[in-house]
Amino acid sequence: MEPHEEKPIIYTMENKPIVTCAGDQNLFTALYGSLTQQLPREPMEWRRSYGRAPKMIYLEANFVQFKEELLPKEGNKALLTFPFLHIYWTDCCDTEVYKASVKEDMQRWQAALRLHGSVDWLIAVVESDNKKKNKTNILPRTSIVDKIRNDFCNKQSDRCVSLCDPLKESSRSQESWSSFLTKLRTLLLMSFTRNLGRFEDDMRTLREKRTEPGWSFCDYFMVQEELAFVFEMLQQFEEALVQYDELDALFTQYVLNFGAGDGANWLGSFCQPVRSWNGLLLRRPIDMEKRDLIQRGEASLLDLRSYLFSRQCTLLIFLQRPWEVTARALELLHNCVQELRLLEVCFSPPVFQTCLGRFWAVFGACFRYLGLPRVWGVLGVFRTSLGHISDKSGVFLGCSPYKKLKEALSSVEAFEKHYLVSVRSLGDPQSAENFLLDSLKSYVSESWSLPLTHTRKQIAECQKQLQKMDEYLQTSALLASDTNLSEEERRHFCQEILTFASQTAEGKGQQKDARVALSMSSVTRLQELCFRPSSALVHVSAALLLELRLCSLMPVPVTLEHISASIHFTEEQPGSTAQKRAAQNPDGTVTFPAASPASASALELCEMLEHSPSDNTLSSAGLACRNMHLLMRRNDSATSLDTPNTALTALALEDGAQMLRASDVTLSPGNNSIVFTAPPGVYTLRQLCATLGRVQLVLPHLYPVVQYEVYSQEPQLSIQPLTVSHLVCVVVSEHLLAGLPQQVKFTILTGHYSVKKGDALQLSNTDSMPVLHSSTRSARILSSSAELVAESALSIQSSEKVTSISLPVTPPYHTLEFLLDVLCHIPSCPARMESERLTNGQISHRTRSRTRFNSGMTLIDQKVSVDCPWSIYSTLVSLTFHVPFKVKHSLLSVGRRKFIQVCLQNVSDTNFRLTNQTLTENQHTPSLELLSLNTTTHSLVFRQQCVFSVWELRWSGVSPVSLHCEFSASFAPADAPDAALKPYRYHFTLERVSIRPAEGEQDCRTGALCRLEVSLTRLSEPSDSDEEYSDTDGLRTTRLLYEVIDNNSNWAVCGKSSGVVSMPVAAMATHKVHMEVMPLFAGHLPFPSIRLFKYLPHHASPVIPPDTDSCLENDSLSLDDQAETASLRSRGSVQSLGSGESAQPRGPMPKRQAFGPGQVFNGTQGQQVLVLPAADHHLMEVNVT
Amino acid sequence: MQTAIMIVANYPLYIRSVPTQGELKFHYTVHTSLDVVEEKISGVGKALADQRELYLGLLYPTEDYKVYGYMTNSKVKFVIVVDSSNTSLRDNEIRSMFRKLHNSFTDVMCNPFYNPGDPIQSKAFDSIVSTMMVQAF
Repeated sequence: MEPHEEKPIIYTMENKPIVTCAGDQNLFTALYGSLTQQLPREPMEWRRSYGRAPKMIYLEANFVQFKEELLPKEGNKALLTFPFLHIYWTDCCDTEVYKASVKEDMQRWQAALRLHGSVDWLIAVVESDNKKKNKTNILPRTSIVDKIRNDFCNKQSDRCVSLCDPLKESSRSQESWSSFLTKLRTLLLMSFTRNLGRFEDDMRTLREKRTEPGWSFCDYFMVQEELAFVFEMLQQFEEALVQYDELDALFTQYVLNFGAGDGANWLGSFCQPVRSWNGLLLRRPIDMEKRDLIQRGEASLLDLRSYLFSRQCTLLIFLQRPWEVTARALELLHNCVQELRLLEVCFSPPVFQTCLGRFWAVFGACFRYLGLPRVWGVLGVFRTSLGHISDKSGVFLGCSPYKKLKEALSSVEAFEKHYLVSVRSLGDPQSAENFLLDSLKSYVSESWSLPLTHTRKQIAECQKQLQKMDEYLQTSALLASDTNLSEEERRHFCQEILTFASQTAEGKGQQKDARVALSMSSVTRLQELCFRPSSALVHVSAALLLELRLCSLMPVPVTLEHISASIHFTEEQPGSTAQKRAAQNPDGTVTFPAASPASASALELCEMLEHSPSDNTLSSAGLACRNMHLLMRRNDSATSLDTPNTALTALALEDGAQMLRASDVTLSPGNNSIVFTAPPGVYTLRQLCATLGRVQLVLPHLYPVVQYEVYSQEPQLSIQPLTVSHLVCVVVSEHLLAGLPQQVKFTILTGHYSVKKGDALQLSNTDSMPVLHSSTRSARILSSSAELVAESALSIQSSEKVTSISLPVTPPYHTLEFLLDVLCHIPSCPARMESERLTNGQISHRTRSRTRFNSGMTLIDQKVSVDCPWSIYSTLVSLTFHVPFKVKHSLLSVGRRKFIQVCLQNVSDTNFRLTNQTLTENQHTPSLELLSLNTTTHSLVFRQQCVFSVWELRWSGVSPVSLHCEFSASFAPADAPDAALKPYRYHFTLERVSIRPAEGEQDCRTGALCRLEVSLTRLSEPSDSDEEYSDTDGLRTTRLLYEVIDNNSNWAVCGKSSGVVSMPVAAMATHKVHMEVMPLFAGHLPFPSIRLFKYLPHHASPVIPPDTDSCLENDSLSLDDQAETASLRSRGSVQSLGSGESAQPRGPMPKRQAFGPGQVFNGTQGQQVLVLPAADHHLMEVNVT
Repeated sequence: MQTAIMIVANYPLYIRSVPTQGELKFHYTVHTSLDVVEEKISGVGKALADQRELYLGLLYPTEDYKVYGYMTNSKVKFVIVVDSSNTSLRDNEIRSMFRKLHNSFTDVMCNPFYNPGDPIQSKAFDSIVSTMMVQAF
C-alpha cells in the first residue's frame, strides 16, 4: 500500500503528526475540539540525539480514528503517514463494565500495537462526576485507573492518565487538562525522538550502502526527503533544509566522482540528452511532477536539480532568508553547467537558449528580493560563466548599468532585449556595440589590456556590420597597433585601413567629404622633436630643420602621401618666445611624454614665485599644477583618445593653417624620423596630419607646446674699440684713449640686405675727432657662422665734411668688418669762466662731444653720425674716449714767495712719456715771471702715477688779481717714437683770493661788524632727476637754503643768518649773499660754518632723507619766517630748534633736505682769518658741486 | 591544469597565469571577481566581521574555476583562480598562499625604486609566484 497514492493530500503544508484514537469514539469526539485547540498552546523542549541542540517546539497533531491499516508495515519508510502516538479513550468507571468489555478491547488494541512494534501509546481515562453519581456502587478504594494501570502498564504507570471532568470549567478539570496535555506532548516528543532516530539510523545505513551496485540515488533521495518532510511538518525548516543540502552535496559529489572516472550505474539516467527543460516553479511548495519523475528514476539532471532547488527555495523563504535564494541560484547555475559537461550530457543550442531564458526568469524572480549591488555582482559572475558557452551558441551578452538591469528584471522579454543580444541571429549589432563600448570604457579606465583588446575586436566586428566606417577604421587602427594581438590579426586590421584608404572617392559615391580622420596617436607615438640648429632660432637664409621622431605601431610599413604639421603664427616678440620654450632641452629636442594613463594623471607641478612690483622682494611662493584642467575634469565627460567614437569629434582639422610638409614618407614599424624645413616667422606647432589616401591620421594637439623662430634681420652697424691695439699700444686697453690715434672696429651685420657695389658709409666729420688715413685698409667678410669668406681692400675718401667708406660687395647675413683709425682731441682744459677760482672745472660743450667725469677718468663721448646705404636715416654711433691725464694745480706760498705746482696724474693703464712741460701766462702780465724749477724735461709717467712740476711765481709791485696760465706738455706712449708725441694742454686761472678787510681798513677787529660775503656757485648742471626745478622768469632755478652758524662762539651773526636763494640751473652760476658778522675774539679764527640745504617747496612730495643725523627737519617753522628773524643767533640754535619739534610732518609745509656727502664743497673750510682787536672784513666762499 | 594569480588594485598590477594561452579568460574572470570582492567587503562592513581577516574566501565558482580572493588593508586585491577539478587545494592552503603572496608583495612595495601603481616587474616576486604555482598546481 502506497500511502501517498492513497492520500495524495498528505503533501501539503497542513501536514501534522498523526495520532490515532481508539476506544470510546463518542467520548473522543466530545473532547476533540478542546484537545486540538490546547495542544499547540505551549512549547515543549525537544531534546535531540547526537548532541544536536534542543529546540522549543509547538506540537500539533492530527487525531484520526485508530485503524489497523494505519499502522506501518515492515519496510515502509513513509514517515508522514506514520502514527506517532496511539491513544485509547475510555470513560468507564464501572469495574464490572471494565472487566466485561473494555479490558478485552484494550487488550486487542495492545496486541495490534505490539504486532507492529509500536510502543507509543496512552490510555486516557475520563472521569466524570455525573457518571459516579449515577453509579454509587463504585468502589472508592481501587479506582478504574489503578485497575488499568495494573493490567496494562506494568512498569510504565505514566501510560495511563485520568482526565477529570474535561467538559467542566472547574479548577480541578483545568489541572487535569494541563497535566494531560503535558503528558501528551512529552509522549509525542518521545515518540518523535524514537521513531525519527530509528528512521535516521535506517537512512544512514542506506547511505552507507551507496557503493553497492544496486543502490539508487533516487530511492535514497525519497527516504531522506521523507525526513525533511517531517521536519517541515514540525516547522523545523532549518532541519529540513539541512536534509536537502545533504542531498545536494551528495549528488554533487557523485557527479564530481563521475567526472573523475568513478561512475555509478544510477547516474545513467541523468546522462540522457536534454531535450527540454521546463524551468523552475517556485510557486508550488512541492513540484509533484518532478518528484514523481525522481521517484520513478526517470528524472533528468536538470529535473533533479530544479526540484532540489525549488525545495530549498521554499524552505529558505519559510526561513525568511530570500537573499540566499540568489546565492544558491548562482551556484545552481554553475553546478548545472559544470555537471552537464561532466556527465557529457549533450543538448542542442536552442534548448540551451530556452533554458537560459528560463534561468533568467528564475533570477528575475529572485532579484526582486534583493538590493542592486548584489545583483550587479551576481550578474557580473553570470556574464562570465555563461560567456564561453554563449560564444559557442551564438548568444551574446553585454552588461550595462543598473537602470537597464532593473528594467530587465521586470520581465523575461525585457531581459532578453537588454542582455541577450546576438550579433548574428538577433541581428542587432547596434546595441551590442553600445554595450561593448560601455564595458570598454571600464576596461580602459582600469587598464585591463587583454579584455580591452578582446572587447575592441568585438566592437570592430559590430562596427563593420553596421558600416560605421569611421569608427571601424579608428578601432582597426587601435587594433593594428595592439601588441596583444597576433601579427596576423594586426596585419588584417592594418590592411583594412589601407584598403579603405586606397579606395577612390568615386567608388563610394560623390561624397565630398570622403576623407576619414583618425587619431594618429593610435597608430604612431610621437616621441621627439628635434630642432637643427638646436636653438630653434635662425635667420631667414639659414635652414631650420625640424626632425620629427615617430614610432610607428603599425605591423607593416605604411607609405604616407604626405605628412604635414600645421603651425600657428605667434605674434610675439622674438625675445619672449625664449621663455615659452621651457620644454625644449638645450640640445634642441623636445621629448613628448608617452601617452600612458599613468603619466597622464601625474601632477605637473611648477614653482611659482611672485615678487612685489615695488621693491622686488618675494611676496609669495607656491606650487602650481599645470595640468589641473586635465585632472580636475569630470570623469564621465572625459574624452579619451582610446575610445574611438569620442575622439573623432576632436579630430577637427585646422583649415587654412600654415603647414610644414613632407611628402612620400614611409613609416616603417618602429622608429622613424621625418624632416621638415621651417618657413620664416615665429610659429607654434599645433597639429600633425598624415595623409594616406582617403584616410588622414591626425594628432590634434601637440603637448608640450613647441615653438620655433625663423627671423628676418635688419642690417646692423656697430663700432667698437679694438680691444688689442696693434699699432702703438702695448698695454691692452679696453678704452679708447683721447689724444692718441685709436683703432675702432666697424662691424656690419648685413642681415637681409646685400651690400652692392658702390655702397658706402658716410661718416660726418667732426673737428674733435678726425678720421685718420692709413695706407692699408682691408675689410673682412665673414659668413654667419664666422667663417672668413673674403678679404677686400677698402677705399676711404675724405672731404671737408664727410668721410666716405666704400664697402665691398657682401651677401646677406654676412658680417663685414674693418678697422679705422680715429683721433680724439683732448679738449684743452677750460679757463674761460670768470668765476672759477683755483679749481679745475670742465666746461660742458653742447656739441657732439661731451665730457664727463667718471671715477677719476675724464670721458669724452664722441657721437659719429653714419649714413648707411640701407637706411635713409643716419645712424648715430657713440664712442667713448678716455682722457689719460688728470691735472691739478695748486698755489703754494712760502712767506711772500708763491709757487705754482702742477700735478699730472696718469689715470690710464698705459705708461706715457712726457716732455716739454711748460707753463705760460696768457695775459703776458709785464711784471710777472714764471721760473721753472723742474730739472728734467723728459719724464715717464707710469700708469696711475703722478708727475709734479713746480714753477715759482715772481712779480714786482702789486700782486696780480688773476692769472691765466697754461700748462702744456707733449706726451706719447712710453715706447712710441718721438713723432708720436701729442700735445697736452691745461689751462687754469689763478685769482688772488684773500682776506679782504673792509674799505680802508687793514684787518678785522673784534667787536666791529665785518662784511661776510657768501658766494654760492653751482659747479655742475644737475641731472634731471636730482633736484626740483622751479621756473621763474623763464629761468630754471632751484632753491637753496643757506644758514650761517658759528658753533664755536667766535662769531656773532648779525641780521638774518639764513635765507633762501634761487640758483639758476646752469653750471658756474653764482649767487652772492652779503651779511654782517662780528668777531668776538681776536686771533686766527676759523670762518663761520655755512650750511646748505635743498629747499623743497611744500608741494613737493616728501623725501625721506637717508641720514636723519645729517638732516634736521624743520617743519614747524616756516623758513620764510625764519629768514625774517633778525637776531643774533648763538650756537646750536638751529639744532635745538630742530630737535624740539622734529618729526612732526604737518601737511604741505616746505621742507629742507640735506645734500649728499660730497655734493657741497666748502671753499673756506679750514681757512682762518686774522682778527685784530678791531673790526674786520670777511670774504667767504662756498662752492656747490 | 590552469591557474592564475593576479594582484589588482582596481587596475591590474600583476597577472600571471599558467598556461598563457587562456589569459584573456583569466582577465575576464578576475575583472568580474572584483565585483564580488566589492560586494563582500561592503557586506563585511555591515556585519562588523573581523576586520583583520584579509582572506575573503571562495569568491565564486564558475564552471571551470574556483576564484579565491584576498584583500590587503590598503585595498589591494589578490585573486587566485584555480581549476575547479583541482581538489588537492584546501581552503587552508589557499589561505597560506595568499599570505605568502602578501608578504612578497609587501617586499615589492618596500622597494624604493618601485613606483606604487606601476605594474610589478620584480624578479623576486616573479620567482616566488612561480614556485608557488609549481608547488600548488
